[in-house]
Amino acid sequence: MKFGVVVFPGTWSDRDCGWVVDQVLGAHLQYLWHKDADLKGCDCIILPGGFAYGDYLRTGAIARFAPVMESIGEFADRGGLVWGICNGFQILCESGLLPGALIRNASLEYRCEWTNLVVERADLAFTSQCDEREVLRVPISHGEGSYFADPATLSRLEQNGQVVFRYCDVEGRVRPNSNPNGSLHNIAGIVNSRGNVLGMMPHPERCAEAELGGTDGLKLFRSVMHSAAQVLTA
Amino acid sequence: MIARIVVVPKPVVNDPQGVTVRQGLALLGFGEVTEVRVGKYIEVRLDATSERAARERVDAMCSRLLANHVIEDYHFELEHESKGAMR
Repeated sequence: MKFGVVVFPGTWSDRDCGWVVDQVLGAHLQYLWHKDADLKGCDCIILPGGFAYGDYLRTGAIARFAPVMESIGEFADRGGLVWGICNGFQILCESGLLPGALIRNASLEYRCEWTNLVVERADLAFTSQCDEREVLRVPISHGEGSYFADPATLSRLEQNGQVVFRYCDVEGRVRPNSNPNGSLHNIAGIVNSRGNVLGMMPHPERCAEAELGGTDGLKLFRSVMHSAAQVLTA
Repeated sequence: MIARIVVVPKPVVNDPQGVTVRQGLALLGFGEVTEVRVGKYIEVRLDATSERAARERVDAMCSRLLANHVIEDYHFELEHESKGAMR
């Protein structure tokens, strides 16, 4: 099982993701430089958090044109696992691999805090080690994480069950006051219709060891590890 | 030629910056302000054989990169360049 962690100029969570992959999970780690179109045989590509290309113009707007992104698009088309975290989610939306967009937090504040996420899909490669309706405690760290999609797209996401994580309270109730950024429908993470491209604003790599205050994030990494063998990548 | 491009959040998109600026204006005594939308202004200097050709190219730039059609609308004006035009 080989994870590829993409590094753009301005990425900052690449080492955190890399640490979880090779030090905590014990999987094979490959950093992928944004100018390199070769995905080096990775089974799962992580687009980590940060500010790729300074987030100039819009978050993820420039990163989506990097050579590595074209390969990632083809990889996703073949069913490969692509996992965008924070800035990675923004890049996936800009590139059209996921619908919608992430806009400025409703509070206008940069929010760096713990959140609770209810797992709405436990049948995905990314969540197979979670229970449905399980509540995960995962931190966020972003200024532009408010999920937006037009009403037609939003209802399609809901009908297809593409909402994977929603901000909730400790009991798993999805409430307006458990929404840290103004995301529509409290959306914290979505998946494409095929189920192989996940985008999420919260940072599972920052809660994968007890020393960091929680290990819920590790469940997602373990899920990918567990599921990867079953996913066919041509 | 210079394209003066304005990118604004779509009316359906929540614009917390605009709301906050409006509140600031109200505090300064500009109570007549009913709405503020905060967007971007982009100047692009380009070589083009005609205004029509320039319009097509700038339109493509906006739809491919300068604006995100999910959340933003754009419009632009073209101006033939005079001496020392671009600020």
